[in-house]
Amino acid sequence: RHKIFFVAVIQSEVPPLFVIEFLHRVVDTFQDYFGVCSEVMIKDNVVVVYEVLEEMLDNGFPLATESNILKELIKPPTILRTVVNTITGSTNVGDQLPTGQLSVVPWRRTGVKYTNNEAYFDVVEEIDAIIDKSGSTITAEIQGVIDACVKLTGMPDLTLSFMNPRLLDDVSFHPCVRFKRWESERILSFIPPDGNFRLLSYHVSAQNLVAIPVYVKHNISFRDSSSLGRFEITVGPKQTMGKTIEGVMVTSQMPKGVLNMTLTPSQGTHVFDPVTKLLSWDVGKINPQKLPSLKGSVSLQAGTSKPDENPTINLQFKIQQLAISGLKVNRLDMYGEKYKPFKGIKYMTKAGKFQVRT
Amino acid sequence: MSGSGLSYSEQGAEVAPELGQEAAPTTTPSAPAAFGLFSSDAKKNEDLKQMLESSKDSAKLDAMKRIVGMIAKGRNASELFPAVVKNVASKNIEIKKLVYVYLMRYAEEQQDLALLSISTFQRALKDPNQLIRASALRVLSSIRVPIIVPIMMLAIKEASSDLSPYVRKNAAHAIQKLYSLDPEQKEMLIEVIEKLLKDRSTLVAGSVVMAFEEVCPDRIDLIHKNYRKLCNLLVDVEEWGQVVIIHMLTRYARTQFVSPWKDDEMVEEYSENNFYESDDEKKEKDRKVKNTYTMDPDHRLLLRNTKPLLQSRNAAVVMAVAQLYWHLAPKSEAGIVSKSLVRLLRSNREVQYIVLQNIATMSIQRKGMFEPYLKSFYVRSTDPTMIKTLKLEILTNLANEANISTLLREFQTYVKSQDKQFAAATIQAIGRCATNITEVTDTCLNGLVCLLSNRDEIVVAESVVVIKKLLQTQPAHHGEIIKHMAKLLDNITVPVARASILWLIGEYCERVPKIAPDVLRKTAKSFINEDDLVKLQILNLGAKLYLTNSKQTKLLTQYVLNLGKYDQSYDIRDRTRFIRQLIVPNEKSGALSKYAKKIFLAQKPAPLLESPFKDRDHFQLGTLSHTLNSRATGYLELSDWPEVAPDPSVRNVDVAESAKEWTGILGKMKKEKTEKFYSESEEEEDESASASASESESSSESEEEDEEEGNSDESSGSSSSTEESSDSESDNKASTTKKTSRAADESDAENIKKKEKRTSEKRSASSSSDTESVSSEEGSSDSKSDSDSKSDSESGKSKSAASNKKEEKAVQDRKAPNKDVFLLDLDDFCPVTTPVVVPTAAVLSPSLTADLEGLSLSSSSVIDVTKPVSVPTKTHELLHRMSGKGLAAHYHFSRQPGIFGDRMVSVQVTIKNTTDQKIENIHIEEKKLPSGMRMHEFTPIECLEPAGSITVSMGIDFCDSTQMASFQLCTKDDRFNVNIQPPVGELLLPVTMSEKDFKKEQGMLTGMNETSATIAVAPQNSTRLVIIERVMKAANLGVVPSGQDNIHRFAAKTVHSGSLMLVTVELKENSTAQLVINTEKTVIGSVLLRELKPVLSQG
Repeated sequence: RHKIFFVAVIQSEVPPLFVIEFLHRVVDTFQDYFGVCSEVMIKDNVVVVYEVLEEMLDNGFPLATESNILKELIKPPTILRTVVNTITGSTNVGDQLPTGQLSVVPWRRTGVKYTNNEAYFDVVEEIDAIIDKSGSTITAEIQGVIDACVKLTGMPDLTLSFMNPRLLDDVSFHPCVRFKRWESERILSFIPPDGNFRLLSYHVSAQNLVAIPVYVKHNISFRDSSSLGRFEITVGPKQTMGKTIEGVMVTSQMPKGVLNMTLTPSQGTHVFDPVTKLLSWDVGKINPQKLPSLKGSVSLQAGTSKPDENPTINLQFKIQQLAISGLKVNRLDMYGEKYKPFKGIKYMTKAGKFQVRT
Repeated sequence: MSGSGLSYSEQGAEVAPELGQEAAPTTTPSAPAAFGLFSSDAKKNEDLKQMLESSKDSAKLDAMKRIVGMIAKGRNASELFPAVVKNVASKNIEIKKLVYVYLMRYAEEQQDLALLSISTFQRALKDPNQLIRASALRVLSSIRVPIIVPIMMLAIKEASSDLSPYVRKNAAHAIQKLYSLDPEQKEMLIEVIEKLLKDRSTLVAGSVVMAFEEVCPDRIDLIHKNYRKLCNLLVDVEEWGQVVIIHMLTRYARTQFVSPWKDDEMVEEYSENNFYESDDEKKEKDRKVKNTYTMDPDHRLLLRNTKPLLQSRNAAVVMAVAQLYWHLAPKSEAGIVSKSLVRLLRSNREVQYIVLQNIATMSIQRKGMFEPYLKSFYVRSTDPTMIKTLKLEILTNLANEANISTLLREFQTYVKSQDKQFAAATIQAIGRCATNITEVTDTCLNGLVCLLSNRDEIVVAESVVVIKKLLQTQPAHHGEIIKHMAKLLDNITVPVARASILWLIGEYCERVPKIAPDVLRKTAKSFINEDDLVKLQILNLGAKLYLTNSKQTKLLTQYVLNLGKYDQSYDIRDRTRFIRQLIVPNEKSGALSKYAKKIFLAQKPAPLLESPFKDRDHFQLGTLSHTLNSRATGYLELSDWPEVAPDPSVRNVDVAESAKEWTGILGKMKKEKTEKFYSESEEEEDESASASASESESSSESEEEDEEEGNSDESSGSSSSTEESSDSESDNKASTTKKTSRAADESDAENIKKKEKRTSEKRSASSSSDTESVSSEEGSSDSKSDSDSKSDSESGKSKSAASNKKEEKAVQDRKAPNKDVFLLDLDDFCPVTTPVVVPTAAVLSPSLTADLEGLSLSSSSVIDVTKPVSVPTKTHELLHRMSGKGLAAHYHFSRQPGIFGDRMVSVQVTIKNTTDQKIENIHIEEKKLPSGMRMHEFTPIECLEPAGSITVSMGIDFCDSTQMASFQLCTKDDRFNVNIQPPVGELLLPVTMSEKDFKKEQGMLTGMNETSATIAVAPQNSTRLVIIERVMKAANLGVVPSGQDNIHRFAAKTVHSGSLMLVTVELKENSTAQLVINTEKTVIGSVLLRELKPVLSQG
């Protein structure tokens, strides 16, 4: 990840996913600590990295992997704290065992205090789809996550209910969610960790037909005789429920034989990298009245035969304020604390692995 | 399970560049260059030492940080050891921590000095702060100095009874470390483990099981008493612990419980029938009634408690549960894991890789598990190659009669992939599908032959190899293919492919008597430049030809043998000598040469195309060994199920104790309940389960709710259908049986024929239940083999004479989809099955439809391609005999669904020789097809006798356009330009659908997609039969039953794109009619309208 290989050495039989999952968790933690996880970052913070790893792993067995707890054990470096440390000589290693480690809710630290109590939930859905040549859908799935940012004082107990929980086919929860309540009432009940976390990820059952919000018209052809080919793509909205499609980005890996492309987009900018043969076209918003298109010609390497297959087109887009599966959060209640929190829910639909075969 | 060194080497990766960087500043101009490195190092260490000895904490801290930095960069900081160790007693926690880091790194090297620090640790072990106690224990146990073993032992013992679970957890970790340092302490350690196993803290559980696995994995007896507790705690244990515990429990359960599978096999049918309708409990009860086998309550407990973990966010946990279900659960229940595994495919590619590997293994044994998720394994072009090939592997494993056509279509796109390695793998996959599913062998073979003309060398080579294997499996009559391949020999350069072709020709040289010697001649010419592999095959070919056709090839073979004799390779020289001795008769050759023919031309057994994952199943799923396909150290074989379950009371006894403990903690526990609980295995298992549940922190109430939820879940439409379809095993027959039996008591898959004799009412019921099993299948059904249509007609014959003509038609129609189900098993298997009997009205006569309409609670659209009802005999002229110099050709559309490919219209060409001489070698050349069109030629006719005629069939993909397909019909010495233009009606394939579906589809195809016209109808054309007949004659449409007398509906889909074409004829008064056509393909629609108009208006 992030152009760094994380490698673990094992001596004997261990479930491979165990290791891989742990490595990912390590990277997540680093990201949480330092903002980015890059080579430079690791070099700069060797000591902290050591300390963190030391806490995370003992003799090949993961100890504490919740970054909430880790942060209490070892405080993340901030500029402010560095300054304070140099002046006072205090340490950024916590000297008390975080109580969370022992309590029933290991993911939340105690004594959280905020002046503004807020809880935000982002429902983000991704559409994975393969569209074939003629525009019919081969596979389409919706995967969604609910990311939460909870900044609440004390030990709040939240419940979140959906308008249509039947939609959720396959769910995986953050450990904080009480599984029993979900099983019985289809309600998410949890004591949230502090800060950002992924509350749940779900999969919308495959039986429901997926409304594909965009379509791509393409006309890509290479001719045998000449070294020129035609290239034309048009992107248009379809079943968007009145929302605009934003952040559209079209990428396509051209075959090796392609030398260069001369294209003119009606909107947005496009880049063709002759080395990697990657064409990317940043479209931006789609205006339904004036559909964006990209036209032009492809020049092929002289002498090579025309490629067997037209390139597949990968599509990215975003639709704000819409959960394509129709999932809706009904209400969010808080128990256990007296104040009234500010609540907010945001929906978004994105393209996941959205491919159009041509 | 161990991993005493899950250490990180990302620092290691940095070492190299770092060293270089560091080298530069060390050679500072102030120090002499010669020993700059040493001096500056020494100097640096000097000031570090000073800093460490300073009184200021910040200076020490700074020094320590630098030292740790040095360690990270891989430099030796050991000489600072004494200075560092002094600081171990520092009050500052951060310094302490860094000193610990340092100590762990260097203590082993400097044992004596390390001892200095021990006393500090001993003091720290008594610190009031649990954190400090714990870390002291951790460091103490990490110092690998043998002398302190007794001290460690003591510390561990003390810590294991510490008040803080955190410290106890660390004690559990320390056990493993001590064990690896000194295995002799095993006995003592086991005692500690035993003690810790009794611990109730969720924190400790994971670690102690880890220690258990490490130290004494064979001491299963320690687990007995804690089994139930572990099961119940499992949900609350932190995720890493869960993984370890689940793996341990899997092994435990395998030794302690009887296999649930044996009975499964016995009652497979039974449980399959019943599982998906009833919830777990019901099933168990039923089982109890039916079988002697009951699942051990503890076994059930384990399964129940691990189920929620499938929803963990941690991939490792999900995988662990999946393997547990795989290895432990009754086969019918294992299916629930597949959903979660498929979910894991969304995560990082490493995870994907491992999960896919495991799925691949699973899918070999139980196809049904993953069948509903087939589409999740479709390959994306952005996947890395390793994932692509794995997905392909799974797709191949999942292939069965039902989904093969979609799969093959999908494969077709893969073959064109730019990733050649993947394309080659796809070809192999096609080959495997072809051998596994005999129905499609021919289609696959044809497809592969098409690939032979691919431009890419690797693809061609791979397909040659696969074709070779395929031909070997069924060497019936593939002379043409061999010939075709022989032609290709000139162009192929990949040795394996060349060798394969040569081998094929040699093997079947009797079938291609003309070509074989020629090939030998060509290869003999190029012998010297060939690869060894090819040379060997040339020799083989020569030998075989020599034996079969020595007249023509004797000299050639001699020549080749001579060449081989002086080859550079030993192998070839040996082979040459061997062959020469065998086949060339001379005085020395003994009895062997008589048998030469037998030796060379022996029947060779066909190779088995198998999955490379076949041999992996003996490894436990989800383990490293499984991934590597070789034993990793510390891999523990999963034992087989015991014949007799060991006494379950071993677990009970201790539960009593622990239950008492629980009562102590939880307050009051119902005495009766516990009592009931002890009363052994006779007892109803649900009771005990609930009792044990109540013993856990969770209330029994919620457990019940749990179950109820599961129940309602299953009965609810969507999820039950998933389950249902996941069950519908590879053999569709079984599932059909199941469903049939549900609907009409006794009808069986095999005896559909008998069915016909039954009353029409019953027949309709059973047939509808049959079709129900494929009711989910979408309209785009395709590739119908001719066997299908043949059997149709057969059944048509066997049918007892139905008096009414209309009736007859209906029966036949009904027949067709039935047959489809069994012979082809159509398309997309997306589960929309509803538990209700859904009549497929399309195949029933109108009156029955009306009857059944009432029954149907939900409608699922069934759109089947059916056999064309009538085949027009109208022929078109292709080549007149005058312009063809005596060669005449006619063609007509046979209306058979494409034999050559599902998008091809089949055309029958009758060629006639009107001359008085033989016409030789009639074939097709110079196809001038509009773009997109494809044509499958007929096989060249070698010779046509005078006045003889021959009918050949060819397939043309017209791309749904009425453009002409032009080509040249060639004879030996002439060529004639001809063309075939299809009437639009022939570009369709009839489909059947219910009236309701028809209307639904029509509703979707309005506006732009609708064309209509009002026409005058000739009076004699106004009866239903006549209209149907006339319309059918003009176009290849399927009749849709209609409720009204004056409206006639027809449906078809276009051959190429499969878009629906709906035709409605509504008779009005005063002998006019409204003709409406709804289709996406508006062009075809309007042309069809134009063609249909005269048909109806003419007299």
